[in-house]
Amino acid sequence: MLSSFAAKFNTRATRLTADLEHRAKIRSALRSYEKARDEKKALFQDWEAARDGAATIKWEAVNHLDAYLVRFVEKLEARGTKVFWASNAQEARDYIVALAKEKGARSIIKSKTMTSEEIHLNDSLRQAGYEVVESDLGEFIVQLREEAPYHLVFPAMHLTRTEISDLFHEKLHSAPTDNPEQLTMIARRELRLKYLRADIGISGANFGIAETGMISITENEGNARLTTALPRVHVALMGIEKVIPKLSDLALFLPMLATAGTGQQITCYNSLIGGPRQPDEPDGPAEFHLVLLDNGRTQLLADAEQRDALHCIRCGACLNVCPIFRNVGGHTYATTYQGPIGSVITPHLRGLMDWKHLSYASSLCGACTEVCPVKIDLHHHLLHNRRNAVARNPDRWERFAFRAFARLTANPGLLDKLVRLSRPFLPLVRAARQIMPPPIKGWLASRELPAIALRSFRNYWKSR
Amino acid sequence: MKITLFVPCFVDQLFPSVGISAVRIFEKLGHNVDFKESIICCGQPAFNAGYWDEARGIAARVLKALSGQDPVVVPSGSCGAMIRNFYPELFKNTPEAEAAAQLARRTFEFSSFLVDQLGVRDLGSRFPAKVTFHDGCHGLRELNVKRQPRQLLEHVRDLTLLEMEDQTSCCGFGGMFAVKFPMISTAMGETKAASALETGAEYLVSNDSSCLMHLQGLLSRQKQKLKTIHLAEVLASS
Repeated sequence: MLSSFAAKFNTRATRLTADLEHRAKIRSALRSYEKARDEKKALFQDWEAARDGAATIKWEAVNHLDAYLVRFVEKLEARGTKVFWASNAQEARDYIVALAKEKGARSIIKSKTMTSEEIHLNDSLRQAGYEVVESDLGEFIVQLREEAPYHLVFPAMHLTRTEISDLFHEKLHSAPTDNPEQLTMIARRELRLKYLRADIGISGANFGIAETGMISITENEGNARLTTALPRVHVALMGIEKVIPKLSDLALFLPMLATAGTGQQITCYNSLIGGPRQPDEPDGPAEFHLVLLDNGRTQLLADAEQRDALHCIRCGACLNVCPIFRNVGGHTYATTYQGPIGSVITPHLRGLMDWKHLSYASSLCGACTEVCPVKIDLHHHLLHNRRNAVARNPDRWERFAFRAFARLTANPGLLDKLVRLSRPFLPLVRAARQIMPPPIKGWLASRELPAIALRSFRNYWKSR
Repeated sequence: MKITLFVPCFVDQLFPSVGISAVRIFEKLGHNVDFKESIICCGQPAFNAGYWDEARGIAARVLKALSGQDPVVVPSGSCGAMIRNFYPELFKNTPEAEAAAQLARRTFEFSSFLVDQLGVRDLGSRFPAKVTFHDGCHGLRELNVKRQPRQLLEHVRDLTLLEMEDQTSCCGFGGMFAVKFPMISTAMGETKAASALETGAEYLVSNDSSCLMHLQGLLSRQKQKLKTIHLAEVLASS
């Protein structure tokens, strides 16, 4: 039985894979990224050694998360940060909505944070009556379209300039243009007003540095800097796995994230925030709240086999090389985190039986694992999720089929005879493909069946 | 040297000439080839589908049949990776763990065995055609086989190797994936087939017949002239 999530995935995947325009669009959108990524990778003295180093640091942090988180929080609190530990999405949302109420806020500006997508923060804030505006250009665009980000780094990569221009024309009444600078200026004019009006700025965090008690934010548009500096109150939402031990670790992680994520040597802006405005400082927010989110992460931490999935720095490199992602598109997943990393962790965050289909929707090609800068064993974890799903609740028909097959392989001679006997029926199968069971029908929809050899290898061997 | 050839089920039944070519190549090099008639499948279909108990049942028979010290050669990166990389995981914490690790160490993919173990590059073969090469993902990423097939093709007389765009991207076969998600598998295959066609090659060569079965199925349906052929068959030509 397919879960309703799996059925929807199949429907959307069927539509998108047949959409050749979509396929070409994603391919061309990623082509410039691929070129830039490879150029910047080549600037590393040894990219593979950098991956090893990053994986080692993340391993250390994740395996001693208890200690590093406490150190991180102590430093932040010492400088007046209010830290809230949220066990789940509900607690995080409730805290932020209550804070908005307490501050008498009306308008909230946000910089890019996938963690807020994970907890559906915008919906809660809007339902509570607040205006919420995304300030990252890509996020701003998908927010205007009232849809989820398509890609965890490139939220609007599925849209052409013309589509964005049409959207701006419709929603913001701007003059049509396909000039990227002009499109950016339209969004910027709109956003500048929102920054000034906003009572609260909400950001994510790319890294949390335990040694100094700071969050690190990586961006290219300066919007996160404005979001975290202009409003009276700054709220940062951060998954607990984002903590790293030392400030100097950023010397590796900032260029690595930029290289793997966007093909840049380093992103245009990198900010370190260690608390609200201090008594001797002239500006910055009066209050800084940090919401630390668990939301299933400690469950993943308890799984020694897949714990390395918590290494993820959300660079999106695995999506960009994934042939599944490139053909079905980001929205088909219907998850916060798309692509291979999403297929690995969503079953942990939102339930294995509802989301196991994503682990099966893979050819296990391993391109994701090959590029992951922090060396998450992504495609093998898809295998682990499959094994765990079967252990919990096997499909009875499938199990019967594999048991029958296992039995048959004990007698290769018999299997050989059965295949030979089926040989004359192949043309019949081809002709009657519409009424064949799904596996055969699925194969024959686009492919011819291979011919069955007149004489098998084992027959040849016997007759030698 | 005595070499045990492991012939995967689909090669045995659908593409026997791949196995026969491998036998001829090893015999030409003066080696003794052995084949175990008591086994037919490595268990990967069940393993990949998550049915590890069923896979273990199949794999246990392979372990038994392939006991000893002889190298085991598999003309498929995928089944090779199953034995070499995944058997140790499948048999972890079982009485067969040591046997699985021991078999894994002496199991090799066909082209890497020729180049890295036997030190052979030139087999005296001749194949007068333009070809392009597709790396099966399991061979490529599980077993790091990339240069070996190309080193072998370089020494084939009258053969021109034309590399395709995105040469290391997956063809979309993926075992059960091909029939569980035929629309995604097909889209991937179409992209791969288009890259291969763009090279103008007459043959699409690979070290994995499973990828070729999928790609040939697509190409035949599209009535393309491009033909698929296994590396062993190319190397056995003269």
